[in-house]
Amino acid sequence: MRVSRWLADRWVMIVALLVLGYLALPILVVAALSFNRPSSRLSYDFNEFTLDNWRQPCATSDMCDAVVRSVQIGFIATVVATVLGTLMAFALVRHRFRGRSGINVLIFLPMATPELVMGTSLLALFVSAGVPQGFWTIVIAHVMFCVSFVVVTVKARLAGMDRRLEEAAMDLYANEWQTFRRITLPLVLPGIVAAALLAFSLSFDDFIITNFNAGTTVTFPMYVWGAAQRGIPPQVNVIGTAMFAVALLLVGLSSLRGRRARRANLLAGPSHQPRRSS
Amino acid sequence: MTLLAPTRAGHPPPAPPAARSGRRRLLPYLLLLPGAAWLLIFFGVPLVQLAAASLYDPSGSLSTGYAMTWAVSNYPDVLQAYWPQFLRSFGYAGLALVLALLLGYPLAYAIAQKAGRWKNLLLVCVVAPMFTSFLVRTLAWKTILSDNGALVGLLRDVHLLAPDGRLLATPFAVVLGLTYNFLPFLVLPLYASLERLDPRLLEAATDLYASPVQAFRRVTLPLSMPGLVAGTLLFFIPASGDYINAELLGTPNEYMIGNVIDSAFLVRLDYPQGAALSFLLMAAILAVVFGYLRRAGTEEVL
Repeated sequence: MRVSRWLADRWVMIVALLVLGYLALPILVVAALSFNRPSSRLSYDFNEFTLDNWRQPCATSDMCDAVVRSVQIGFIATVVATVLGTLMAFALVRHRFRGRSGINVLIFLPMATPELVMGTSLLALFVSAGVPQGFWTIVIAHVMFCVSFVVVTVKARLAGMDRRLEEAAMDLYANEWQTFRRITLPLVLPGIVAAALLAFSLSFDDFIITNFNAGTTVTFPMYVWGAAQRGIPPQVNVIGTAMFAVALLLVGLSSLRGRRARRANLLAGPSHQPRRSS
Repeated sequence: MTLLAPTRAGHPPPAPPAARSGRRRLLPYLLLLPGAAWLLIFFGVPLVQLAAASLYDPSGSLSTGYAMTWAVSNYPDVLQAYWPQFLRSFGYAGLALVLALLLGYPLAYAIAQKAGRWKNLLLVCVVAPMFTSFLVRTLAWKTILSDNGALVGLLRDVHLLAPDGRLLATPFAVVLGLTYNFLPFLVLPLYASLERLDPRLLEAATDLYASPVQAFRRVTLPLSMPGLVAGTLLFFIPASGDYINAELLGTPNEYMIGNVIDSAFLVRLDYPQGAALSFLLMAAILAVVFGYLRRAGTEEVL
């Protein structure tokens, strides 16, 4: 009786933890496989513990080339998409203009279109225009699908911002540029950074759109796809685990910073600006 | 802050000269121009090009060039050739969606209403899979479901699986992979809706003698509708267009329409066919989405 009562109270949490386990399982397997010496190239089973994969992550050199290329593409695409998207977010939140709904649709559609359709349509365009596919066509494609996500992220931050801070700066004789540099930009920056991180992770991990527009250029996901047919080198799991660790570290650092900032706010006394909900 | 208001009234900003107000009116367009142009040229124009390519003469080839013959017959042709893959795409994605709702709803609810101070940590756990590569994660399922793996061994021991039964290379593996890969997209919007749910409403329902099931059906579910609709779409759109799970966890018997489109463009180099298939996929997804939105009655999501 007591047991069934306890279960009735907590079954939602128990199910939730089981589902989280299901979500976590593949990551644990990737981490374990990064220490595996596979019995053959095409084997996916755990065979024998080794540190070799971590000691020589670049034993298969084309894999590391692919990782470097993915980072390069991700970096360029992130910078361009973040600049374009941030400008658009400012226009949408801060200005009234004709054609707003059209722009909103243009930003929304790429997020709702299947990647497959975006990839094939860009391929059709590049082929009919005679553009050779490679590094730069991948960058173009990645900027295209990242921009919308940047706009949405920066917009959310901008809309939740207290405009009176800027008005106060102007009242204190800051000119428009000074107000932007000293007040607006620092306040929006967390949103821009979040958008840039999102753009980079979208770009780094993209397979479907890249696959149609890469020509013979090989990014990390393309390498994994190709290797899945020939046999996966265990170092792929090293990269997977390292990516996971870096991302986790970033999240941990940012939450730590957030907590410290909140504590500092508390010490400085109750906040006197009513937060506008976004 | 409020102290500043009177001072502000005392110092009206200098009246903008006419030229500046003209620039102000142009400013939003200047800010929008680069981004909007990029989206138009590399998202809008390609869709038109894809539509055109789907009507090319199917007897052409990439080396000899294609003639635009308004070959509308490409559409019935590809549908006739590949309707099983089309049905399979939507069948697998639909099945995965049902599974994901069964798994994702309790998860989102628990995080939003029951997690207390662990809320943020659990949220990180939901998005954590996306920290590492999609393909590497999907390949990890190959290890988990492998014929020599612990899971298959266990299921064989308890006779849930025949002694020579497999998990890998079956429809089950593909649906499981789809569910796994897109589950966070369903959980996050659902969580956002459920987080705003006032627990006092549920208390009120129970006070008025609603059973837990009734309280869920009449209070929780309707109030979580916006998140449910958004999450369902965010799950279903990429899942029905996916071909990575079918390729890595299935066999050609499990191929979805994405596999066919991929090979049409990259292996067989049959552009008219691939373009027609892509367009049909988009049309089918749009039809499903709009039909669903009308049924769900929450059109403001778009």
